[in-house]
Amino acid sequence: MLDTESKIVNFEYAPSIEAIDIVRIEPKNKLFIGGKFVEPTSKKYFASINPATGEPLAQIADANAKDVDLAVKAARKAYNTVWSKMSGKERGRYLFRIARMIQERARELAVLETLDNGKPIKESRDIDIPLVAAHFFYYAGWADKLEYAVPGRAIQPLGVVGQIIPWNFPLLMAAWKIAPALACGNTVVIKPAETTSLSCLLLAQILQEAGLPDGVVNVVTGAGETGAAIVSHPDINKIAFTGSTDVGRLIQKSIAHTDKRLTLELGGKSAHIVYEDAAIEQAVEGVINGIYFNQGHVCCAGSRLLLEESISDLFVGKLKSRMEKLRVGNPLDKNTDIGAINSATEFGKIKKLIDSGIEEGGEFFEPSIELPKKGFFQKPCFFNKVSSAFSLSRVEVFGPVLTISTFRTTQEAIMKANDTQYGLAAGVWSEKGSKIHKTAAALKAGVVWANTYNKFDPSSPFGGFNESGFGREGGRHGLFPYLSIK
Amino acid sequence: MRTISIQNEDGNQIAIQAFPIDEVGANERADFFTKRSVKKDSKLSALYLALSMCDLTTLEGSDTPGRVQQMCAKARFPVPPDLIEPYLIKRKAGPIPSVAAVCVYPSMVPIAVASLKGSGIGIASVSTAFPSGQAPLNVKLDDTRFAVENGATEIDMVINRSAFLSGDYQQVFNEIVAIKKACGDTHLKVILETGELGSYDRVRLASEIAMEAGGDFIKTSTGKINPAATLPVTLVMLQAIGDYYQRTGKKIGMKPAGGIRTSKQAIQYLCMVNETLGPEWLTPHLFRFGASALVNDLLKQIFKELTGQYYYDKVFSID
Repeated sequence: MLDTESKIVNFEYAPSIEAIDIVRIEPKNKLFIGGKFVEPTSKKYFASINPATGEPLAQIADANAKDVDLAVKAARKAYNTVWSKMSGKERGRYLFRIARMIQERARELAVLETLDNGKPIKESRDIDIPLVAAHFFYYAGWADKLEYAVPGRAIQPLGVVGQIIPWNFPLLMAAWKIAPALACGNTVVIKPAETTSLSCLLLAQILQEAGLPDGVVNVVTGAGETGAAIVSHPDINKIAFTGSTDVGRLIQKSIAHTDKRLTLELGGKSAHIVYEDAAIEQAVEGVINGIYFNQGHVCCAGSRLLLEESISDLFVGKLKSRMEKLRVGNPLDKNTDIGAINSATEFGKIKKLIDSGIEEGGEFFEPSIELPKKGFFQKPCFFNKVSSAFSLSRVEVFGPVLTISTFRTTQEAIMKANDTQYGLAAGVWSEKGSKIHKTAAALKAGVVWANTYNKFDPSSPFGGFNESGFGREGGRHGLFPYLSIK
Repeated sequence: MRTISIQNEDGNQIAIQAFPIDEVGANERADFFTKRSVKKDSKLSALYLALSMCDLTTLEGSDTPGRVQQMCAKARFPVPPDLIEPYLIKRKAGPIPSVAAVCVYPSMVPIAVASLKGSGIGIASVSTAFPSGQAPLNVKLDDTRFAVENGATEIDMVINRSAFLSGDYQQVFNEIVAIKKACGDTHLKVILETGELGSYDRVRLASEIAMEAGGDFIKTSTGKINPAATLPVTLVMLQAIGDYYQRTGKKIGMKPAGGIRTSKQAIQYLCMVNETLGPEWLTPHLFRFGASALVNDLLKQIFKELTGQYYYDKVFSID
């Protein structure tokens, strides 16, 4: 008989760090206006830091209202003289070219994204950047087929669109905004988030090299004031905003008296329902991916886990042991599953919400994994036996924090899932098809994933209900906000 | 959850339960392990570990005493010690491990026993009318007893797929119990032949039956059917092992077999075991590779790690 007792081997993964020499970061990064990189008239710059180390990466230009005005003028000129007159086929050719160049420089973009944002290289390499290219490819295909998007109706571009994007998927959000806008014949003034401007500026460089006519896309960097200057600029025809619900509300108020169009993609507190007849192992994986993907900095994160009571102990046990295997650390390490929280501000916000959860009395769990000493790192965690009345069940954390509560029937699951001010996404796990259909139809959420979570494709529309915003991005639906349809 | 009722040896009805498996999700999770990056010292120790987990196998109609003797020599010294000694000293690395076991047909067991005397290398014998299992139970039992009496230390049996696919789970269970009895203290690996089962749900169910019936190891394949071992199928079986351990405290071993030819693949499997069951399963006592070509690729990669360059292939004997 074989001896089954033997020593436990030490099976550690040695650090496997992605080389960063492919990326050249300018110490001072200017604005991209009218096809050129220009000094901000403010002469002011602010620092962008690497959240994994806390060290500054580069200086970023701080655009003021005058810079925004120059960008809008450049965009208007490009719209009037070139872009609105160009055939869809020609516009499509530019977009295809951009998509191919993004693919060619994928590694460079991925490394830069990870340095600036803190997300693991595994994700920027395998998810963000491939989706960025896919988005440009997808809308390149629409550019000469717009009349088939709305058969029998006359369509026109809107003009100059102002776009404000968040820091959680910096380049991907830029692609979601720029690609459909350009495909429909609009010109763009875009503002990346102040903590993650670098990949958008590298994209600007790619647009320049692709020969995109001057002024078709303008990148103005800066914080809230820059954003406000875009929103209030009189010569912008449409605002597209992705970010927090509070800022979304502010934007909607401030343009209430104008004829600017608006789409808002805001926060979420998405429910993830697991029925007792689910494929348990895969559901555990889905829940992990749903909440801990991108450090939980995902507007559609499945942050409220609703478990059928009969499987809750089993499921929570499996979830715990799975979480012990998550690798939090250097985002550039190819074996890192969870990277750094994007900024000190967000880090503080998450910590505060965790404290409030502990105070409210949920059963707190975090794995016994080690965190790096430097940088903004947060252990993935959850609160079990949480009531819908807890603030943690209602407030968006935007971090790796999950709440868990139980339900008894399908009706209760649906009721609890819809018991939120938000309505961006939801997930349902069951091996019973009819139950999935019944549940999905009753959920008030823009996206419902069945037996999976956080799957994105440029052909699939994305957007919210209630305080998660309005307007759709992606797919044919993603064209409508950028077209005037008669 | 799929639940079947089985009568055990003592005449008691027991329930065997199998979680449903979402195929897309299982494939996706398995694919995750192809993205782990194991480099430098971790890589070298993983290669050593993988080599020590190999069941060096020959299962051909054309197997002869001469062929089996040659393979046994390879099992003892995968690479001539003189050849590698200087590099080991330089790198302060341990000696190249021998493989865990050889795997042969019952008729070749006496040859293997003689060839491996004193080496500590296990002698695994397939049995139960391998690979089809299409023989009466008494023939399967004789097959097993012959191997055990001649010195096999491990038995690799096949489940009765005919019974399994026709829904006669009791028969599948009974046969494993009977073979286990015939094995006595000899280690029993139960081959599910996952390539014939048709779904991960059934792989999970067959795993539960095999463990409940007394298998010490569960094994994917005979190597005679395509697809043989894959990452997702192994994942499904590892998860069944994990749940069984949670329930009973008994550690069941896992052996993917067939189709694992490269070191890269082997390391992916090790990462999967590490992150599914934990490092306590990373021992030849609980994890094996059923392979033959893999051994030379592991050696090639070990040489590469030790010397910094790809070694000329012909340095290693073919078998």
